[in-house]
Amino acid sequence: MSYQVNEKGYYGDFGGAYIPEMLYPNVEELRSTYLNIMNEPSFKEEFNQLLKDYVGRPSPLYYAKRLSEKYNTKVYLKREDLNHTGAHKVNNTIGQILVAKKLGKNRIIAETGAGQHGVATATVCALMGIECIVYMGEIDIKRQAPNVARMKMLGAEVRPAKSGSKTLKDATNEAIRDWINNPVDTHYIIGSAIGPHPYPDMVTKFQSIISEEIKWQLKEKEGRENPDYVVACIGGGSNAAGTYYHFLEEPSVGIIAVEAAGKGVNSGESAATSQLGKEGIIHGCKTLLMQTPDGQITEPYSISAGLDYPGVGPLHSHLYKTGRGEFYSVTDDDAMTAGLELSQLEGIIPAIETSHALAIFNDKKFQPDDIVVISLSGRGDKDLNTYIDYFKL
Amino acid sequence: MTINELLMNRINTALEQDKKLLSIYFTAGYPSLHNTKKVIQDLEKSGVDMIEIGLPFSDPLADGPTIQESSTVALKNGMTTKLLFEQLKDIRESVNIPLIIMGYFNPMMQYGVEAFCAKCQEIGIDGLIIPDLPVAEYHEQYQETFEKYGLINVFLITPQTSEERIRFIDSVSNGFIYMVSSASVTGSTSGFGNTQETYFERIANMNLKASQIVGFGISNNETFTQATKTAKGAIIGSAFIKHLTKNGVDSIEDFIKEIR
Repeated sequence: MSYQVNEKGYYGDFGGAYIPEMLYPNVEELRSTYLNIMNEPSFKEEFNQLLKDYVGRPSPLYYAKRLSEKYNTKVYLKREDLNHTGAHKVNNTIGQILVAKKLGKNRIIAETGAGQHGVATATVCALMGIECIVYMGEIDIKRQAPNVARMKMLGAEVRPAKSGSKTLKDATNEAIRDWINNPVDTHYIIGSAIGPHPYPDMVTKFQSIISEEIKWQLKEKEGRENPDYVVACIGGGSNAAGTYYHFLEEPSVGIIAVEAAGKGVNSGESAATSQLGKEGIIHGCKTLLMQTPDGQITEPYSISAGLDYPGVGPLHSHLYKTGRGEFYSVTDDDAMTAGLELSQLEGIIPAIETSHALAIFNDKKFQPDDIVVISLSGRGDKDLNTYIDYFKL
Repeated sequence: MTINELLMNRINTALEQDKKLLSIYFTAGYPSLHNTKKVIQDLEKSGVDMIEIGLPFSDPLADGPTIQESSTVALKNGMTTKLLFEQLKDIRESVNIPLIIMGYFNPMMQYGVEAFCAKCQEIGIDGLIIPDLPVAEYHEQYQETFEKYGLINVFLITPQTSEERIRFIDSVSNGFIYMVSSASVTGSTSGFGNTQETYFERIANMNLKASQIVGFGISNNETFTQATKTAKGAIIGSAFIKHLTKNGVDSIEDFIKEIR
C-alpha cells in the first residue's frame, strides 16, 4: 500500500484535479514544475534558512512530564505553537512564497477561515515585498477581528467573501474565482492539504518538516526514531499530514487523527468529516466531504474556527478508507476541557484546534511504555475570548 | 454513440442550420421553484435555438455573483436533481430545440453518473456541460457512459488554453466547443475589445472539427454580434438571469427580441 500521491495526483481513490478549464493553465504550470523547484539546491537552502532564522525551527519536541503521569504513558508535544505567527501554517506559506517567486508571480491570494493561514500568508508576503489579498468570509471577519487587524498591519488587503454561507468554503470559492480572473501574474497559496493536485502533495511536503524533526529529536531523547503513535487534529489536515508524513510507511507507528465532533457527531452541528462525509468533489479534489444526499456541500460546525471545513484532504480520506489511520472525533466540550487541562498541567495554552488532539486520552488508552507524539499545532492566544466565554474566566 | 445517433442529436441538427445560434442559460428553480417548464417553452417560442438548464450547486466555482446568487435562491426554493428531472419528464411533448444540462460534477456523482445519464436520455436531454469535470477525467472514466446514453459532452476552452490542448479537446468533442470569451468567471466582463477579436480569429483559423459557441460576457445585441462574427453562436447567462430577477418570467420574449 502506498501513501504517496501517484503521477495522476491520486492517493488511492482520492485526489485528482477537478477544476474548470479556466484554472487549467495555472494548476498545470504548478503541477509540472513544483517537484523540480522544491528539489533545487538553492530552493532547499533558502527554505531551510528561513525556517531556521525566521520561523525559529526546529520546534522543540517537549516531554510533557505531568501530562504523561496523569495518563500513565509517555507523551511528547511537538511545539509548532512556538513558530513565528503561532502555528504550523507558516511552514507552508514560506515554501509556497518561494515557489511563487521561482514562477515569477508578483501577486498572492489566499483564503482563510479563522485567520491563521491569512496571517501566515500576509507575513511571508511582507517578508518578500509581494502584494497580498486574503479572502475571508464576511461572518468570519466579524468573529476574528484581531487576525483581520494583523493581516492589515502586515500590509495585506482582506476581501470579504459575501457569497453562499460567508465562511471558509466561500472564501475558498472567491479565491479560486480571483485566480480565474488573474491567470498570469497570481499564485494562490492554499492553506491546507486540500485543493486540486498538486496542492495536497505540495502542502504535505512543506509541512513534512514536522515529522522529519520528530524523527531525529526522538532519536536523541529515546534512542529510537519511531514513536508508537503520532496524534494530530484534522480540519483540512495540513498539520496532520506533516506530522504523519515520515511515519506513513512505518507500520509500527500508529496514525491517529482527531476530528471536531462539534456538539456531537449526530447533533447536526459537527465537522467530523470521516464520520459524516461521503465521497465527492470539493474545491478541485475527490475526497470525503459533508454534503446533502443531493450533493450540495453543507456548512460544518465546530467551536474551533480552524476545524470547520466540510472536507478533508485526499491523503486523509485514503488513510481512513484503507484503515491506516485511526479516526476519532472529539466534542467542543471535551476539547475545551483538554485545553484547560494542558494549560494547568504544563503551562501551555493551546489553540482550540490543538485541544481536540489533546482530548485523545478520553477515547484511547495507551500503554505505560508507549511513546505518543502529539502535534501541538498552534498556540491559544487567538482563542482567549472563546476560552474566556466558555469557562466564564 | 454511432455516427447516426450522433447526427440525429438535436445539438448537431441545430449546428447544421445556416444561421448563428442563440443559446440561453438559466438556473432551474429561479426565481421560483416551479417555472422551469414555462421558461423553456417561452424561450423556444421567442426564437432561442438552444437552452442550457442550470442544475444549481452550492459552490459554483466558475460562476460570478449573478449565477451564484440565483443558485443559492434556487436551492433555498427547494430545487434538487430529482425534482428537476420530474419537472422535465414530459418536456419533449412541447419543446423541440436542443436542451443541455449545465451543472457541477458533485451533484451528478451523488445521483450516480450512469443513472444521471440514463435519466437525461429518457427525458430527451441532448448534452451536458460540466465545468469542473476535466477533459482527461472525462475521457478516461466517463466518456463511454455518456456516449452509451447518447449525450454530447461540451468542453470549455479559454484564451489561455494551449493550441495542443484545444486540438485534444476538439478530438474528443462530438458537438460544439464552449469558447470562454475571456479569463473570467461568468457575468464579469462588459464588451469585447481587440484581445477577444484576436482570440476569436485565432480559434477560427484553427479549422476545428467542432463548431464553437462563445460564452461569458455576452449580454446584448452588440456583444452577440461581435461574438458570432466568427463563431457559430453565443450563450447568454448572467444577463438573462438579471432580466428574470428584474422582470420575472412573463416578459422573456422582450429580452430575446433585444438580442437579435
